[in-house]
Amino acid sequence: MRVELRNIHKHFGPVHANAGITLTFEEGKIHGLLGENGAGKSTLMKILSGFYRPDDGEIYLDGQRVSFHHPADALRQGVGMLHQDPLDFPVMTVLENFMAGSPGGMVPDKRKARKSLKTLGEQFGFHLDPDATVASLTVGERQQLEILRLLWLGARVLIFDEPTTGISAQQKERLFQALRQLASEGRTIIFVTHKLYEVQELCDTAAVLRLGKLMGRRTAPYDLDDLVKLMFGRVLKMERKPAVPLGEPIFRVEDLAVESARVRIRNVYLEVRAGEVIGLAGMEGSGQRYLLRACAGLLRPTSGRVWFRGREMTGRSYLDFYQAGATYLPATRLEEGLLPGLRVADHLVLTRGSRGFFVNERHARDLAQEAIRTFNIRGRPDSMVEALSGGNQQRLLLSLLRPNLSLLFLEHPTRGLDMESTLWVWEQLLERCRQGTAIFFMSSDLDELLNYSDRILVFFAGQVSAPIPAEELDTESLGRLIGGYGFVPVEEAQTMSVGEAAHAR
Amino acid sequence: MPGERREAMVTLLFRLASVVFALLLTALVLVLVQAPPLEAFRLILKGAFGSPKKVADIFVIWIPLLLTSAGLLLTFHAGLWNIGIEGQIVLGAVFATGVLRYLQDTTIAPTLALILAFVAAALGGMIWALLSGVLKVYGGVNEIFSGLGLDFVAVTLVLYLIFGPWKRPGVGSMSGTEPFPRELWLPTLEKMRLSPWALALALVAWIMVIVLLQRSYFGLRLRAVGRNPRAAYLMMGLSPARLTLLAFAICGVFAGLAGAIQVTAVYHRLIPAISSGYGWLGLLVGMLVNYSPIWIGPVAWFFAMLNLGSIQLPIVLKVDSTLAGVLQGTLVYSFLLGEGIRMKWQQRRREIGESE
Repeated sequence: MRVELRNIHKHFGPVHANAGITLTFEEGKIHGLLGENGAGKSTLMKILSGFYRPDDGEIYLDGQRVSFHHPADALRQGVGMLHQDPLDFPVMTVLENFMAGSPGGMVPDKRKARKSLKTLGEQFGFHLDPDATVASLTVGERQQLEILRLLWLGARVLIFDEPTTGISAQQKERLFQALRQLASEGRTIIFVTHKLYEVQELCDTAAVLRLGKLMGRRTAPYDLDDLVKLMFGRVLKMERKPAVPLGEPIFRVEDLAVESARVRIRNVYLEVRAGEVIGLAGMEGSGQRYLLRACAGLLRPTSGRVWFRGREMTGRSYLDFYQAGATYLPATRLEEGLLPGLRVADHLVLTRGSRGFFVNERHARDLAQEAIRTFNIRGRPDSMVEALSGGNQQRLLLSLLRPNLSLLFLEHPTRGLDMESTLWVWEQLLERCRQGTAIFFMSSDLDELLNYSDRILVFFAGQVSAPIPAEELDTESLGRLIGGYGFVPVEEAQTMSVGEAAHAR
Repeated sequence: MPGERREAMVTLLFRLASVVFALLLTALVLVLVQAPPLEAFRLILKGAFGSPKKVADIFVIWIPLLLTSAGLLLTFHAGLWNIGIEGQIVLGAVFATGVLRYLQDTTIAPTLALILAFVAAALGGMIWALLSGVLKVYGGVNEIFSGLGLDFVAVTLVLYLIFGPWKRPGVGSMSGTEPFPRELWLPTLEKMRLSPWALALALVAWIMVIVLLQRSYFGLRLRAVGRNPRAAYLMMGLSPARLTLLAFAICGVFAGLAGAIQVTAVYHRLIPAISSGYGWLGLLVGMLVNYSPIWIGPVAWFFAMLNLGSIQLPIVLKVDSTLAGVLQGTLVYSFLLGEGIRMKWQQRRREIGESE
C-alpha cells in the first residue's frame, strides 16, 4: 500500500512538532525515518496511525484520501503501528493478547486464533508459546507478538517506532529478517530510528527530520556523514576519553563472587582509581547488572571483600555507600530514578540541602533554576517530572548527582538517546572524572564502551573476564568477546600467565 | 502560570458539579423509598444544627475523625494503605482503659491519671501500627492484609476484655465495662459531651500534619518514599524502611489518642464498638481530599455533620436505618466519579500539550 502524507502540521502548545511534512512511502520497501529525539518522528507516525489528528494536511492510502479518528480506524484501513513500549496486557496470555482488538462478537474463536498465531509465527520464525503470560516474555518477543497481531488484523503498512531499543542482538537479527520478508511480500514498512547503522543495514530509503521539518530524503547506499549532517546540521563523532590523570585508588574488591541460578561471577579482583572509567560489556542479561549491583551494596555478594575510600564496606548496604559518596544511577528513569508527582525543585532539595527542619522554598527554587540552566533542562522548577520529555528526564537525573561524588555506577547511561545527547551526557561524566569521580558503567554500545572506558570487563553467559585495557580492544575484538569467541572467564585466566591470556583473546 | 489557574478553576467546577450530582442522586434514592427529599434534607440540617448541644456534638464526632484523618495522611503520603487504623484506635482505647482501671483504685491525682492514660493510649496505637510496619518492612507483608488482620484481632481483644477480665460485676454485656468514676472523665463543657482538651489535641494534630507535610523536609522525604521508594533509595539515599516505620508510628499515636478520647470523653468506659468506625471514615476523608492536609478539617467536619444529622432520619421518615449510609455512600461515589472524570480529562489535555 502506497502511503502519502501531504503538508502535515501538528502543534503542541507553542511547539510546532510537525511543520508541513510531505512524504511518500512506496510499497514493498523499508523506509527509514531518521531524526534525533524530539525531531517529530513519533508525532508524524502517530498521526499516520490515528493516535493524533493533524492540525492540517492530508493522508492518502493508494491515492484515496483518508482520515482516522482512532488507531482502530487506521488499522481497519491497513495501517498498524508498533510502539516504543509494547502496548500489551502483561497479565494475559500470548493468545489472549493476540486476539485483543480482533473483531468478532462476544465469543472469540480461540481455536482459529491459535492456528493463525501458529502459522503466522512459523512464517517469520517467531516461536511464541500461546499459553505463556506476556509478562514472562522479553521485549523482543512481545514485539514479535505485536507484529503477528497487526498482520492478523490485516495491516499492510507497518510502522516500527525505535524497535531495536532493549532487544537482544539475535532478536534484532530476526526482526530485520522479518521486516525484509514483509517488504518483499509487498507491505510498506516504516522504520523510525535515530541509529544510523540500522538505516544503513536495513532501509531502502531514509527520510531525515529535524525540528519538525523534513530535511531531506536519500536512498541506499548512503553517505553516513551526509545523513549525520542532515540530522544534526553538523558532523558528530564520539571522541576517545581524553587522558585524565588518575588519582588514588578509591575502590577495591577482592575475591568477589556473585552467584545465582544464572550467574557465576567469581574471583573478581579490581582496584579502581579516582577518575578511572570501568566499562561492563556483554549481551543483555550476561551478569553485568549483578556485579554492578554487588559493587554498590545493592546486592549481597556470595563472598569477597569490598573497600571504598579506605574503609572496608563488605556487607554494608547501599545507604552506607551512598553516604560515603557513591551513587547508583538506574537505567529506567521514571521507574527507578525519579519521583512522579513531585516537582523538579523537590528532587533537587531531596538530593542536596536538607539542612534544618523546614524546606526553604526560595532555596529550592534557586537550586532548581540553577540545575535547569546548567543542565539545559526544558522545564520549570515546579514542573512535575513525569511531564518532562525523556531527554529532559535524563538531564534532570544527571543534575541530581551530588557534587564531589567519589564513585558513580551507571546502567546504560545513554540508552535511547540520540548522538547529540549521548555526547552531552559523556561530556558531563568526563568532567566528573576530571574532578576525581570513578565511574562504573554497563552498556551494550560497543563504541561507547571502547571510547570512554579505561578498562573493560567482558561478561559472557554469567561469567566475567579479567579487566582488559580498552586500548587493547577494537569494535571487532570486543564484539567477539561479547559473543563468547576467545572469552576467558577470570577464574580460568588466573591459572594462565598474562601472555597466554592475551594470546587466548 | 495562567494554565495552572485555569486548571484550578476546572477542578473547582468539577467538584461543585459532583456535589450537585450527589444531591440529585440522593434525592432520587429518597423518592424511590417514598420519602420527600426536601424534607429529608431539612431533617438532616435540623438534626445537626437544631440546638447548641447538637452543634457541639458535631465536634464530638469531628475530634476523633480529624485525629485519625490527620494520622492517615502521613501514611497515605508515605504510600501506605493503613487499613489497620481501626485496630490502632481500639488499642488506644484498650490501653487507656487499662491504665484508668488500674489507677482508679489508687490515690493518684485524676489529672495525672488522665495524662498517663493518654500516653499509654498513644503507645498502644503506635505498637499496633508498628506491627503492620514491621511486617511490611521486614516480612514483605502487604500492609492492607496485616492491617485487616490486626483489626479483627483488636476487635476480638476488646470483646474478650469486656466479657472476660474486665467484665462488669455479675455478667459481662455488650454495653461495655463499668464506667469510670466521674473524676476520671475528661472535663467537658457544661451539659455537653464536647471536651475543650480533646478539641485542642485534635487541632494541634491537624496543624502539625499540615506543617509536616507542606513545609518540612520530613514531609518531603515521606512523599518521596511514597511516590517511588526505589528512586528515593537510589537517588536520594533515603531509607524507605525507616520512613515507613515512622509514618506508621506517628499515625498510630494519633489513632491511639482518638481511642483515648472515645474512652475518657465520650463513653467513659470501653465498649465493643469503641472506634465508631472513624478509622474507615478517616480513610475515606483522606482519599476524598486527595491527601491535602488542610482540607481534611472541613471535609471531616462535613462528614461529622452528616453522621449526626442523619441519626434522626430513619425514625422520623420511617425509612430503613441504613438510609444514612446510602446517602453518605452516594455522596462519596459521585465525588470520586467526578474526580475520575476530571483527572482523565486533564491528563488528556496535558498529554496533548506536552508530548514531544
